[in-house]
Formats: sequence, structure tokens, C-alpha cells
Amino acid sequence: MLLYIGKRLLRALVTLVIIMTIVFVLMRQMPIEGYFPNYDKMSRAQIENGLHQMGLDQPMPVQLWRMFKGLVQGDLGTSRVYRNNVPVTKILAPKIPISIKLGSMAILVSLIFGLPMGTLMARYKGKFFDHLGTGFIVFIQAVPAAVYFLFIQLYGTEVLKIQLLFDVKNWKTWILPVLSMSLGNIAYYAMWLRRYMVDESSKDYVQLAKIKGLSQNKIMFRHIFRNAFVPMVQYLPTSFLNTVIGSIYIESLYSIPGMGGLLVDVIKRQDNTMVQVIVLLFATVGIIGLILGDVAMVILDPRISFGSRKGGR
Amino acid sequence: MAKIKNPSIAAMEEEIYRKADEQMSEQELFTFAKFDESEVERTGYSNYSYWGSTFRAFARNKTAMFLISVVVLLVIFTFIQPMLPNQVSAFQVNNNPETGLPYRNLLPGTEVRLMEGRSHTFILGTNSIGQDLWSGIWAGTRTSLFIGVVVACIEAIVGILIGILWGYVRKLDFFFTELYNVLDNIPVTIVLILVAYILPAGISTLILAMSLTGWIGMARFIRNFILIIRDREYNLASRCLGTKTSKIIFKNLLPYLVSIIMLRMALSIPANIGYEVFITYIGLGLPATVASLGNLINVGRSMMLSPSLRYQLIYPTVLLSIVTISFYVVGNAFSDAADPKSHV
Repeated sequence: MLLYIGKRLLRALVTLVIIMTIVFVLMRQMPIEGYFPNYDKMSRAQIENGLHQMGLDQPMPVQLWRMFKGLVQGDLGTSRVYRNNVPVTKILAPKIPISIKLGSMAILVSLIFGLPMGTLMARYKGKFFDHLGTGFIVFIQAVPAAVYFLFIQLYGTEVLKIQLLFDVKNWKTWILPVLSMSLGNIAYYAMWLRRYMVDESSKDYVQLAKIKGLSQNKIMFRHIFRNAFVPMVQYLPTSFLNTVIGSIYIESLYSIPGMGGLLVDVIKRQDNTMVQVIVLLFATVGIIGLILGDVAMVILDPRISFGSRKGGR
Repeated sequence: MAKIKNPSIAAMEEEIYRKADEQMSEQELFTFAKFDESEVERTGYSNYSYWGSTFRAFARNKTAMFLISVVVLLVIFTFIQPMLPNQVSAFQVNNNPETGLPYRNLLPGTEVRLMEGRSHTFILGTNSIGQDLWSGIWAGTRTSLFIGVVVACIEAIVGILIGILWGYVRKLDFFFTELYNVLDNIPVTIVLILVAYILPAGISTLILAMSLTGWIGMARFIRNFILIIRDREYNLASRCLGTKTSKIIFKNLLPYLVSIIMLRMALSIPANIGYEVFITYIGLGLPATVASLGNLINVGRSMMLSPSLRYQLIYPTVLLSIVTISFYVVGNAFSDAADPKSHV
């Protein structure tokens, strides 16, 4: 298994290099005007001087080589527009913990509510609770998140009597962002868990358990849940990491100083180094999430193995 | 094998017999079944038609039938609304004939005199520069629905083509998987900004930008299903008999996927409409001169802090939610109906 993970990581590295190259080339296609706030008033010499300072006058391969050399040496570069001449690591350092805290809380909340909800929906399939849950899932999935986030902010702040914006020190302001972030995940987990459990409950071993006279609850929780949870596990790392990265929309609604809105912001302001580092971070997180998901599935379900060495047991 | 638990097996058998008894009496079980001459003559003919059964199954779902009529009525209404009497254009700034100032933020249902001298009731009020919200909402729904449907169609066509190649041709699997890993990690924002930079802002540009990245998910979805059914026995048999690949794809694989593709498309329409709202929110959407639900919601958002003006946010969002929920439910119901296993 270690060999398999090693291979996957190597391939991930190649993928990362390609992603970085493409993003790098794309960012260099941005208009030159975007780099200078007062482009119209600048002389040709000033513009060329500015480009030279940023290293943008060099041929593309040279620039690319410079970036990768820096990355290998652990130098992520300095921001130019977002905060002038500040190392990117210094800008990101205070932002990452906030996003991680928010994201972990949101995932915790979604697991606490989503898994029981899915299980209960499968247990009472076709009954009132199932319909109620389906209604909730349809609502969350069909109504654009952009819309219900707004209403949560609008009426939630009124009900809780707190200010609209986020404040790290005031725990009450954490409630609404965490709630908004977890709603989508709750619906998602509940929907898939219900689906898998319903599929699972028509299988032979469940029939056997029924015939043996086990109680419905015991069958549901001891047998079906454990088997239905295996395919769910594959999504968990990715959804955890995605939530931790932060949501652009929620973070900007509550002006949370996290990672979420940062990428859009720096792309629009053409802060190339920042874009590179954040893309690198997000892509790494995404790929690691996929690998972790596969590994978690193998650990949880002994019947699944990584194809290469069949019959090893 | 270790020891067999006799008691539980015995209990099991008992259970089976008990169940059988419930359905047939002892006597029935041991009498000959009737021999019916006409049953013997019956052949395998059936007048089953796939689409006929699909529509019959769909029509049985009352909620879906109701919502599909809502969608149809909404779409028709977005087109006939500008032709109704007493409508003002969504872009016309309505001025007060006496002062010459625009009617800003009129509350819903306010009746005022317009420049032309006639009186007009603003059903949903006006926005902060004096445009009619009622016409704006319908024009916006028209635009947003158009974008949603067109993008969903482009996504489906490109996604199905690539997905089939990806799933069916083994040699391409590695290439496309790597391509997917790369493309999936390139921030959409960069693509959106670059497209907006190269092309003039407008509906077609937005459609292009959204489809440029949207097909990837569809292609992966199709690929996963193709992988599952590619080597089923009936396809293996076709291949052994020398059926052309194109025929296998169009006659064997695609019909199997119809219900899933329909579901995915129906879900992608509301998703695209919501996405348009989001793109507008991050400032890369349609120009303010085009009415779209994204633009309306974005304008309404800025009114959020004053409770009396919240109607400018609430009406567009309510309409948006009706549209997206209807599409979602109809899509789900149609995909259920299109599944041949549910046809009896």
C-alpha cells in the first residue's frame, strides 16, 4: 500500500507542476494595464521599469524557471499588490488558522447532523421524517447558496441580535458562518447516506438478518450503516479540506479574514505571486484529499484493495 | 467452517415456512395448477414504447406535473410580459413629471404619474435609480433561464462526447484522467477574468466562460457510468459479434444513460442560474445594462441594511428559488420516470 501511495504522490507532483505552469502562463496573458493602477499617466520608460522590477520583461521560460527554483528552495515569493513587498507566507499565516477553525467546526456540525439525518431517513423510508428530510435536501440543493446565505445573514443577525460582520473574539458571530457552511454538507451527507443505506438494505445479508429476527434498529445501525458508510468515507477528506479552505462567498459576506475570498481578490488585482501560491495550496489540498479518500476506504473496508498486487493475501 | 449455529438456522427455516403459509394455504400448495390453453398461445409481443412509458410514469407524479406547468407558465410569461398593456421597460428610468427627478425606491404597489401623463402602478416598486422592478424581474428571469439552458446543453454535448471517449477508449483513460486533475484545479476565476478581458462583456461571453469549465464535471460523470457498463455481458457479446464501436456507443451505451444524463442536465440548469448569481457577486458577471437575476440580487443585496427596502432583494430571490426548485424536482422526477426499471 505504501508503494501505491508513493506512486500516487509522484503522479500528484507531476500534476502540480503542470497546473502551476498553466496558471503561470494564463496569468501572464493578463493585460499590462492591470499591473499599474495609474497606467494612463505613466510614461513608456516608467512602465518598462516597472515591468523590469517585477521580472515581467523576461521571456516566459526564464520567468517560469525562476518561479520553480524559488518554490523548490522554499521561497514562495513576495506579494506585490495585495500588500507590497510582504512575503506571501506572512500574509497567509494569520489567515489559515481562522479558515481551519471555521471549516473544522462546520464539518463537525455537518457530521453531527448529517449522518443521523441520513440514517433516520433511511430507517423511516417513505414516512413523514423521510419526506421532511427530502424537502430540506431539495431546498438546500436547488436554491442557490448565494441566496439562502444572504437570508441567514439577514435574519440570523436580527434574531441573535449581533452585528452583521464577523469578529474573532465574539463567539456569537461564529454561529451564522458555521451554520451557513454546514447546511450544504448536511444535505449532501444525508442525501448520499440515505441513498447508500436504502441500496444496502435490499441486499442478501440484510434479508438474512431480518429472517434471523434481529430488530430493525439493530440491523440499521450495526449492519447497514457500517457498510453504507464505506463509500461515504471517500468523500470525507475532500469535503473536509474544501470546507477548511474556506468559502469565498461566506467569508466575504461576513468579511471574515480567512482564505476564502483571497484567491478571487488577488486574481482580480493581478498579484501573480499570491495567485501562484494560493493555487498551489488549493491544488495540493485537493489532490491530497483524493488520495486520503482512497486510503481511508481501503482501511475501512478490507474487501477493497489497490489493484496492483492481487492474491497477496 | 466452524460450527453452524443450529438454533438460528432452525428459527430461520421456521420463519420461511411461516411466511409461505401466510400466502398459500396448505391445500393450495399441493393441488395442480390450472392448465390454460390461451396462456400457452400467448407470445412475447408487447407494445412497449420507451418514451410512452416514460411520459406515463412522469404524469403519475403529481408534484412534478404541477411544477412543470409552473415552469412552462413562467417561461411563457417572461415572453409575453413586455407585450401586456401598461408595462414599462425594465431599463426605463421613470421620472416624476413635476420635479423631473426619478422615482427612487418606490414601495411595491405605489401608484404614480409618469412622464407621458398616464398613471402607473409599480407592482413590485422601483429600484434605487427608478427602474421598474416588476419588468426587471421578468427580463432577468428570461436572461438567466436562457443562460442556464444554453450552458446546460453545451455542457451536455461536450461532456457526453469527451466522457464517452474517456470511458470507452482504454488508451485515453490515463490522458484524460490527468487532464481532469489539471483542469479541475485551475481556478475558474482566472478563466472568467481572461475571457472577460479578451471578449466584450455580454451574455454570449458569459455563456462561453461558463461552458469552458462546466463540461469537465459532466465528462467525468459520463465516464464513470461508461466504465461500469462497458464490459457488461451484452456489450461483450456485441463486440464479439463484430458490432461497430459507434453502434455499440449509440445503441448500447447511450440509451442506458438517458435517465442519468437527463437528471444531470436538469440539475445543471438551476446550478448554472445560481452560478450566474455568484459570478455577478464576485464582480465578473453581466454588465449592469443587462437585466439578469444575478444583477438584480446583487443590487438588492446592497439594500439589505434598510428593512423597508428589502423587497428589492426578496422578490428576485423568491422568483429565482421557484425556478430552481421547479427544475430540480422536475429533473429528478423525469429521471426516475426515464429509468426503464421503473416501467411495469
